[in-house]
Amino acid sequence: MPADSPLLSVRSLSKRFGAVVALDSIDLDVSPGSIHALMGENGAGKSTLIRCLMGAVRRDGGTVLFEGTACDPASPRHAEAAGLSTVFQEVGLIPHMSVAENITLGRESRRWGLIDRREARARARRALARLGLTIDVDQELGGCSIALQQLVAIARALDVSARLLILDEPTSSLDRRETAELFAVLRRLRDEGVGIIFVTHFLEQVYQLCDRITVLRDGAHVVTRDTRDLPRPQLIAAMLGRTPAAPGASVTSAAPADAAPLLRATGLRRRESIEHADLTIPRGAAVGLAGLLGSGRSELARMLFGIDRPQGGRIELNGETFSPRSPRDAIARGIALTPENRKSDGIVPNLSVRENIVLALQARRGVLRSLSRREQDAIADEFIARLGIKTPHREAPISTLSGGNQQKALLARWLAANPALLILDEPTRGIDIGAKQEIESLIRGLINGGAGVLFISSELSELVRACSRIVVLKDRRTIGELRAPGLSEEHILEAIAAHA
Amino acid sequence: MPEPRRASLPPLLWPLAALALLLCFNFLFTPGFFSVEFRDGRLVGTLIDILNHSSKVAIVAVGMTLVIATGGVDLSVGAVVAICGAVAATLAQRAPMPVIVLAALGAGLAAGLCNGLLVTRLRLQPIVATLVLMVAGRGVAQLITDGLIITFERPALVAVANRSLLALPIPVWIAVGIAALAAAFTRRTAAGMLIEAVGDNDRACRYSGVNESRLRLGVYAFCGLCAGVAGLIECSYIKAADANNAGLFLELDAILAAIIGGTALAGGRFSIAGSLTGALLIQALTKTMYMHDVSADVAPLPKGLAVLAVCILQAPRVKTSLARWAGGRA
Ligand SMILES: Nc1ncnc2c1ncn2[C@@H]1O[C@H](COP(=O)(O)OP(=O)(O)OP(=O)(O)O)[C@@H](O)[C@H]1O
Ligand SMILES: [Mg+2]
Repeated sequence: MPADSPLLSVRSLSKRFGAVVALDSIDLDVSPGSIHALMGENGAGKSTLIRCLMGAVRRDGGTVLFEGTACDPASPRHAEAAGLSTVFQEVGLIPHMSVAENITLGRESRRWGLIDRREARARARRALARLGLTIDVDQELGGCSIALQQLVAIARALDVSARLLILDEPTSSLDRRETAELFAVLRRLRDEGVGIIFVTHFLEQVYQLCDRITVLRDGAHVVTRDTRDLPRPQLIAAMLGRTPAAPGASVTSAAPADAAPLLRATGLRRRESIEHADLTIPRGAAVGLAGLLGSGRSELARMLFGIDRPQGGRIELNGETFSPRSPRDAIARGIALTPENRKSDGIVPNLSVRENIVLALQARRGVLRSLSRREQDAIADEFIARLGIKTPHREAPISTLSGGNQQKALLARWLAANPALLILDEPTRGIDIGAKQEIESLIRGLINGGAGVLFISSELSELVRACSRIVVLKDRRTIGELRAPGLSEEHILEAIAAHA
Repeated sequence: MPEPRRASLPPLLWPLAALALLLCFNFLFTPGFFSVEFRDGRLVGTLIDILNHSSKVAIVAVGMTLVIATGGVDLSVGAVVAICGAVAATLAQRAPMPVIVLAALGAGLAAGLCNGLLVTRLRLQPIVATLVLMVAGRGVAQLITDGLIITFERPALVAVANRSLLALPIPVWIAVGIAALAAAFTRRTAAGMLIEAVGDNDRACRYSGVNESRLRLGVYAFCGLCAGVAGLIECSYIKAADANNAGLFLELDAILAAIIGGTALAGGRFSIAGSLTGALLIQALTKTMYMHDVSADVAPLPKGLAVLAVCILQAPRVKTSLARWAGGRA
């Protein structure tokens, strides 16, 4: 095989789901020793392309050559054997098994025909160490944060030592530090001659890491260029099919700063979750929660929403003591939470987009006061249009939507319920840039209507843009609050670093 | 937005097709299968027998369908039938008719609530929670009847399963009524959607504010009530209460009917019409074998095969390829 021939060569690959054309005659060449970005809006067909390559779904037509030979794996396991390895967008691991078992599953080293557990643990530790992680490999995966689960999935993919590594939005819930570790590993692999396909919605990561970019739009190939020949504005225009609107102005609090707070939490703690947290959310303002992986952001949100009960401290809502015993209690008082793990805690997979959107609203009204079908249709259609949810119809099962579009439908579920306090845990995870702007403007609308928002995001620029205050968490404690003039990514990072 | 073109075939198709196939077989090979006469103000014939005898399974299957849709299962329905029959038979000679009915149904409801509480409060696995009553229930029935087979001659009670109304046996009307009520309630209110949501992803439902435990409690209670109705019908039919044999294996037939009807055992989407079709199919198959002198010992085999066939046709994989095949020709 000549040195400059591609590692992977895809020709006119097509895939339909019923009436939906997910991929329309796609061509793609990936060279060995290069990192190739696959870009496109939510629902453009990126994940479907990857699933076709890995044999997770059967393609309708087209040819795929891998190292010059036809490649048509019957399942991801076959693809792994052939030298391809993937981190799928939805972490496809087994929650009830340990971290070590998940990393080595299906490729266990055996001794006397039995699985060698000690060797499996050591291998898992080595795989995680490549990402700079030292965690307990015996803990159950389901108990880990979504970021950690994502890292475990990456470690699993790296453990295969493949010649083509495919990563579908691997960084969507990672912080800078983990992202930097990952990029270092990817660069090393590239230098060793591995070909890498990298999917993300973070443009800066593409420019940091990737050598070439391919853009898909509505299942069709738009452009493939070297990264240096495709500057940012052109890339965005290629993805959207139009020039984007200027991003909205950053928000400032709509209410005067001294207005009575909507929610005040003091001294919250819970074993193995939060050591000490103070938090004030004013009416008509967005408060951000910043912190590194494992700093306790989601844990704090879970307490406010009544999923976990605090073991100390108190919460006041509208000046009254508030101790929710369940999410239902919190919801009854107007609190809403979009969870970070959309697959296990968010979507109801076999129900339609419409049913998923009206679920919270209907649950609050109870069984008997049902929304009429016409009302449900109107609500669903409104949010499908406003958030640009890409679905063939409101009656499509939500599991057939692309990851980003599922996320939008979950946001719609809570926006439709019109909460007084909306807690957003990584709401823009996996969402494309156009939709991000739309979500930021919806948040602004909520704030202007007097609601409070608690915004958790690992993307600091987004926090700075959307929030008028930012509470910083470190090692499961709140360590300070930054306020509107003088909010910047640097300040947040300084605050985290300064606190010993 | 325009309505979508169906991406898959309607779920009721396969059980209906299987039923049609069976009827065709009987049309060709079973003489007299379709003959129905009008005698003494009621219809008489094999088809009517099938309707009549499937009504008990159909009634229980309606409750079972809702339980399965929440991701659970109720193994105790057969035992609950025995309990309710025992209650009705013990009261048969001394209490007024409404008391008998209310006591029997009340016993069913209580049994269902008991199952529901074990599942929602103690968070037991449904299969374990209802296994308790499945095993203990027959003992309870024995206690009620003092270990005897109690027979009775109460005309009003005997009439329930042995008389006709508008030409059809009363149990058929009861089954139709319960199914219609359940379908109307679940589809006219939000109950159906919420039950399906709970069966599909209960954590997401909890985080969305769905009162998941009340829904679960409700479906188990309803399932118990359905078993109570079936118990009343069974004891009326045989004019006796038999704690050992009343409702024996009824839970299996009800689960089969629900599965044949397209309700997934894992929970989620359900179809009451499908379960009714399933109950009919099971009874028609039993009757067909009986009429062809298949011995009762081997009869479960063809039944199992038929179930297998319908379930394979409903497997997601087969379904998509069939839908594609059908779409390609349309
Ligand atoms: N199993 C399925 N059944 C029906 N339609 C599907 C199925 N899987 C994907 N699709 C459709 O195919 C299209 C492409 O989806 P895909 O998941 O590849 O998008 P994506 O580019 O990965 O988007 P995202 O950035 O949101 O992850 C979408 O319109 C989606 O609705
Ligand atoms: Mg995707």
